[in-house]
Amino acid sequence: MKPLLELSGVRVRFRSRSTLNALLNGDRDPFVDAVNGVSLHIGKGETYGLVGESGSGKTTLARSIIGLVQPQEGSIRYDGTELVGMAPAEMQRFRGHVGTMFQDPVGSLSPRMTIRSLLAEPFKIHNMANRDLGQEVNRLLDMVGLNQDFANRYPHQLSGGQARRVGVARALALDPKLIVADEPTAGLDVSVQGEILNLLGRLQDKLGLSILVITHNLNVVRHITDRMGIMYFGRILEQGPTSTMFHQPSHPYTLALLSANPEPDPDARIDRLELQGEVPSLLNRPAGCEFHPRCPFTDDVCKTTFPEPNTAGDDHSYRCHHPRHL
Amino acid sequence: MGGDNVLEISGLSVEFATERGKLRALRNVDLSIPRGAIVGVVGESGCGKSTMINSIIGLLAHNASVTTGSIVFEGSDLLQKSERELRDIRGKRISMVFQDPMTTLNPVLSIGTQMIDIQYRDPINAEQKKARSIEMLQRVDIPDPESRLGNYPHQFSGGMRQRIAIAMALQAEPALLIADEPTTALDATLEVQIIHRLKDLQRSMGCSILFISHHLGVIAELCDYVIVMYGGEVVERGSVRDIFHRPSHPYTEKLLECDPARITATTRSLPTIPGEIPDLANLPRGCIFAERCDKSVAVCLEQAPVDRETGDHHWARCHLCGDHAG
Amino acid sequence: MNDDREISKAAQIPGTWQIFLGSLRRVVREPLGALGLVLVLFVLVSAIGATWLSPYEPNKIDIRAKLQAPSAEHILGTDQLGRDTFSRVLVGGQIALKVSLISIGLALIIGLMLGLIAGFGPRWLDNSLMLLFDSVRSFPTVMFALAVVTLFGPSLTTVMIVVIVTQIPIYGRMVRSQTLALKDAEFILAERAIGAGFFRIIGMHILPNVIGPLLILASMDIPFVITIEAGLSFLGMGVRPPTPSWGSILNDGYSYIYNTPWPVIAGGIPVILTTLGFTFLGESLRDVFDPKLRKEI
Repeated sequence: MKPLLELSGVRVRFRSRSTLNALLNGDRDPFVDAVNGVSLHIGKGETYGLVGESGSGKTTLARSIIGLVQPQEGSIRYDGTELVGMAPAEMQRFRGHVGTMFQDPVGSLSPRMTIRSLLAEPFKIHNMANRDLGQEVNRLLDMVGLNQDFANRYPHQLSGGQARRVGVARALALDPKLIVADEPTAGLDVSVQGEILNLLGRLQDKLGLSILVITHNLNVVRHITDRMGIMYFGRILEQGPTSTMFHQPSHPYTLALLSANPEPDPDARIDRLELQGEVPSLLNRPAGCEFHPRCPFTDDVCKTTFPEPNTAGDDHSYRCHHPRHL
Repeated sequence: MGGDNVLEISGLSVEFATERGKLRALRNVDLSIPRGAIVGVVGESGCGKSTMINSIIGLLAHNASVTTGSIVFEGSDLLQKSERELRDIRGKRISMVFQDPMTTLNPVLSIGTQMIDIQYRDPINAEQKKARSIEMLQRVDIPDPESRLGNYPHQFSGGMRQRIAIAMALQAEPALLIADEPTTALDATLEVQIIHRLKDLQRSMGCSILFISHHLGVIAELCDYVIVMYGGEVVERGSVRDIFHRPSHPYTEKLLECDPARITATTRSLPTIPGEIPDLANLPRGCIFAERCDKSVAVCLEQAPVDRETGDHHWARCHLCGDHAG
Repeated sequence: MNDDREISKAAQIPGTWQIFLGSLRRVVREPLGALGLVLVLFVLVSAIGATWLSPYEPNKIDIRAKLQAPSAEHILGTDQLGRDTFSRVLVGGQIALKVSLISIGLALIIGLMLGLIAGFGPRWLDNSLMLLFDSVRSFPTVMFALAVVTLFGPSLTTVMIVVIVTQIPIYGRMVRSQTLALKDAEFILAERAIGAGFFRIIGMHILPNVIGPLLILASMDIPFVITIEAGLSFLGMGVRPPTPSWGSILNDGYSYIYNTPWPVIAGGIPVILTTLGFTFLGESLRDVFDPKLRKEI
């Protein structure tokens, strides 16, 4: 089955200093690689969890999928169409077809617009204003379980959970096949998180959506994703089916992340893999495997060569010289 | 929990005068922090934790008024103190760490300057202050602190900034450290590092910590005692084991159920607590949680419950508890 | 797609009526704000109703009644040609208000557009516009006024041109910095993500959020413009006689100050009251809209 979204060797670079500045400082490369060669795929109706800490490049990767940032290298194929190198006008038209949910539920809604205007906007932008917008707005509100008089409210009059639902409604306005959700549970109380996640799950079943969830919350990933990928320093270190990765992680970083999760049980004895040191700056990429300065299992080969992808079973790949499952 | 309490809040009630009427943000709050203990505060949005902290350090908004209660710190009531007396206490006997370290750190001053500046009350010379700062930075695992004293906050990563903020807060060796969601913005691996550091520091310094967080796992790992707040009231308090293993109040039970980390079987339908917190300007007659509680009976809607003992120093504010008194 | 209708709908700032009334209430609570509001209303009413309220024709000459002190017939006395000063002041107010509202209005619209484009558009456009603004600003106002007068002769239009050109960079810069701040806001990113284009974003999402502070700033410039007009007319570079403007009343009265101080007082007081009124009101509005002062829960 052809995947809905396919990324190959995607590389996104940003300028860290001007060329002149770089020359003067003896820096041959004035760029930083926020995303450094990422390949992944998401099938129809599948939920993929992209996990990483701040600075890992997951946000940049998400933005390149939505088309807000252009990769310098690589390919992003959505439903067969190549997105890299697309003309800006075409890209603008494409953007309605991938639904996006942003991290700040209230902050991602334009403060002086009513919910009605916000939900009608995607139609107006993409020349579908000849539909009965009032009806569309009501349909969307209904889909996310919000009462119709929410249409008259302003974003600051909504609670975090309600604003999140509006975000979902907006993302679904143009019947997308893929939703990119950036930290969908951020800012939500634990008792309310389930509402959004359950809603997304129901809508996914009903509409056959694929969902890309970007988060650093492993607890959520465990429940709602089919497959996941661990991102560090612009690369995917390990990816595969969620249950496999939780039970038989290969990469030491995966292990560290999984064990770093504090258990809500005061008597739990956790075997922690503690990482040493700090996350290095993107301006100073470590040689070889970029994780080696913090990895407790480093040796010489790790300091010189970046490991190639290896498979450890069905659709499960990792990049490590000393994988832990062996 | 009797005996030497560094902080004892009794019957604290705080109201805010707003255009919609009197907002009763805190009602009859009791809280004790024994010397050398770590007390955790768990609660979701609107529970009143920020109001409580602001009451302790005397930084309530101008339209707030304390209607009843006392906050006894080291023997004297903070609510009776003048602004000058409170200023003497803040930063010296009571310190704070916030969610965003940039609330504490001045972006235009080097961290060395800031750490030495806050020792202005101490009768030691500049050399000694510098040495103390370096020692403090070492204790929070800032590598090579002496050379980094001249660095500015933006030159450190988020996790390091928070550790510096903690170092600054503990430098004065306060009797009480109030930490308001200090790890919420950090990734899991950093979060774990910081709470371990906090625990070590606390043990060696003997100070007490009031730790606010909605992250149940962190509370379970770090705290000795826990209070659970909802809608402006303390609905349950007890030792960490009692709260996590033998929760008495229905809200606590539900909250624990909702935490995805606690749910062992992978599920697509996560539990939630349906409904919303009541309007604090228009409180219901009976129990604050009654309308969302699935165990509520008639009396819950009519009469506000009082604290009942459900175990050794374990209290819950619920009509249905206390039958199994300890 | 009807962009015009949409942009005007957005500029309406939905819910304006409630916001307006609520702000008025808060303004009136402060004594200076209330005073400012009263003064401004007073000036507005007298200016709008000038033609009905003036007891005499402002330009009606009556030499026999010249340079009289205030009396029952002439509330503020008469000037050197026997014209009723009160009527002249009222009509002068109409002119002052017209000049200031038109010139500030135009400067506002142009400054707003340029500021939005500079803030949200490409870097090179921003740099060019800023260069232009700074050049205009560095030119001394009086010299600029003199140059315009030489080109176009003294008149109200001259005054308005000077005001418009000097105010555009001020408003433009302010809008630009606010736009820059909003550029990276999450909701702007969200709009880009659904495919909103340049003009939609600046017209519907940035403009409504920057226009508030801009309007307040502009309202506080009204007395400034009135003063400029008065000053230029006083120097003979503004309105031509016999048109009454506060500045020309002052100018005429100045020559006769030994005979009677009343024309000077009559010409000066309205300027003072208007300046105080708009300044108090503007500052009070600014405080009311300052989100940091809204610390109530």
